[in-house]
Amino acid sequence: MWKWLHPYADPQRAYQLSSKLLPWFSLLAISLIGIGTVWGLLFAPTDYQQGDSYRIIFIHVPAASMSMAAYMAMASAAFVGIVWQIKSADWMAAAIAPIGAVITFIALFTGAAWGKPMWGTWWVWDARLTSELVLLFLYLGVIALYASFEDKVLAARAAGILAIVGVINIPIIKYSVEWWSSLHQGSTIKITEKSAMPDSMLYPLLINILGFGLMIGALSLVRFKAEILARNSMRPWVRELAQAKGVK
Amino acid sequence: METSQQTILLSAKELTCIREERILFDQLSFDIHAGDIVQIEGPNGAGKTSLLRILAGLSRPYSGNVLYLNEDINHARDEFNADLLYLGHLPGVKSELTAEENLRFNLQISGYTQFETTPILAQVNLTGFEEALTGHLSAGQHRRTALARLWHTNCKIWIVDEPFTAIDKKGVEELEQLFLEHANNGGCVIMTTHQDMSIITDQRLRKIRLDYQFL
Amino acid sequence: MERGISFTQAFWTLLVRDIKIAIRHRGDIFNPLLFFILVVTLFPLGVGPEPQMLSRIAPGVIWVAALLASMLSLERLFKADYSDGTLEQMLLSPQPLPIMVLAKVIAHWLLTGVPLIIIAPLLGLLLNLESGSYGALISTLALGTPVLSLLGAIGVALTVGLRKGGVLLSLLILPLYIPVLIFATSAIDAAGMNLPYDGQLAIIAAMLVGSLTLAPFAIGASLRVSTN
Repeated sequence: MWKWLHPYADPQRAYQLSSKLLPWFSLLAISLIGIGTVWGLLFAPTDYQQGDSYRIIFIHVPAASMSMAAYMAMASAAFVGIVWQIKSADWMAAAIAPIGAVITFIALFTGAAWGKPMWGTWWVWDARLTSELVLLFLYLGVIALYASFEDKVLAARAAGILAIVGVINIPIIKYSVEWWSSLHQGSTIKITEKSAMPDSMLYPLLINILGFGLMIGALSLVRFKAEILARNSMRPWVRELAQAKGVK
Repeated sequence: METSQQTILLSAKELTCIREERILFDQLSFDIHAGDIVQIEGPNGAGKTSLLRILAGLSRPYSGNVLYLNEDINHARDEFNADLLYLGHLPGVKSELTAEENLRFNLQISGYTQFETTPILAQVNLTGFEEALTGHLSAGQHRRTALARLWHTNCKIWIVDEPFTAIDKKGVEELEQLFLEHANNGGCVIMTTHQDMSIITDQRLRKIRLDYQFL
Repeated sequence: MERGISFTQAFWTLLVRDIKIAIRHRGDIFNPLLFFILVVTLFPLGVGPEPQMLSRIAPGVIWVAALLASMLSLERLFKADYSDGTLEQMLLSPQPLPIMVLAKVIAHWLLTGVPLIIIAPLLGLLLNLESGSYGALISTLALGTPVLSLLGAIGVALTVGLRKGGVLLSLLILPLYIPVLIFATSAIDAAGMNLPYDGQLAIIAAMLVGSLTLAPFAIGASLRVSTN
């Protein structure tokens, strides 16, 4: 693990690697999301119960499933940063946080927008929505902590510790919220029922989920690159890079 | 003493420190031998305190590492901490406790089991103030409460940041004498100070100069 | 020079010191307690004095108030040590940091958590808590407040070097308090309906064990970042 990671501990190498990866991520993300969304919104069959309003799941489900995955990615980066003392990994974690928060917010917002025609109300204290809301708070905590430190190297490390503490707590929170909502079931509407989805709906959904994952990867890489440049602005290689691009 | 001066107690390897996007020092390397009295000098803001904190293992350098007896201090932290006495800008003295309680706590937490606080406090001229809350003492006496630990320690590496602040002339001389004895007995002292010293001569002193680096 | 003390000795030294300091500084003990009482008394004024309604919301209100009081009192856990340099000395001492940190958190819990537990039944009386629920109230608080202290201390350790503490701290740690809140209030509810609640208690106890073993390491790592 260390042998594999070590070369990329050097910020310059990490920067070069992410520059190489970025076009692939962006290209794939754009084409997958394009295909998935057009397929899902225009060509997938209409649901016999929910009509066309179900089509929001082509945004909602990818966002919801990736919001958790992004947190895992952030915590894994933070873990690598803390165990092997690699600053680039800390920066990667810090770069993912705001993107994860936005994705979580999208999941919540589309969930609420879906809820309105479905249940006639914007918000129900359903287990999934509630844990998504808590996840958003966890993201916001990491972002706020990162923003509060003047020294960004320390900021990334502190935010990383919080992300790891959060990731240990997420299963407990998820479990407790599910348990809590099963206790108070009388007042909520059950949306967790699983219905078999026809392939013509499933494929665009899967394509979009993959596309969202790649999009988060691409956006994280952009932020990661910016982070590396900002933290190393006084290094010769960054200055050469800036000169090459004609920045004074 | 000549033999023990061969031992390298602490060495800095290519230390780089960056604070607020500014390079304080870059690729700084040096060795500190047993018997050395080292003064880190340089203008305000040159990174003297940052260097001392990195050497003590409180701060992490941006890159590079500090070796204690040829081992990274992050790997041998317990051994290193047991051999290190660090006195920073902040005295580490609780104003809600008496001078005696403070000293007792500091020594206990460093692992010492058998000691008499009264003679140690007498060394730093605090006789008669043992039972006074340190919050009620003068700035100099407050500082002396922190310094008292220097008179009861078997740590080899002393890192002291501005030890003479608020200390009177006689006190400074006593401290210098103590530093000299400690170094002559095979220890080392790493310090910063803006005051001139009278007992530790320039010949005895090793200086490491940090300069303000402009971009 | 004799050197070397056991972990237990290091633990007690710090515990005793912190309690001694707190006793000389009594305000730190009483203010969170007053806050706890005040928040609880605000609720009948806010939602109306109907005994039925009050006994329905009592477990939640008492627990939310306890949660906030514990968070507010934690804010000063490392502040004084940080600003006078004793924290640095702790980090550089040869004793293991997690043990010293644990001593500090436990001292803090003894001083602020235990009074909370003692006063809680009185507040239950004010809120017309179901008579069967008192045992559950006390046992959930006894098991749950140490979890709050341990989790909260991580947040405090991360923010101790920052000037703006309070609001940020609540954003960091309140989400982590949710499971304790859920299981504790449901235990009290269950007790009020004469149902068994040992399952909930066991889960809170498991959280206590988990946080007792893991939190000290997280707190130690956070302190090293904060003092950097």
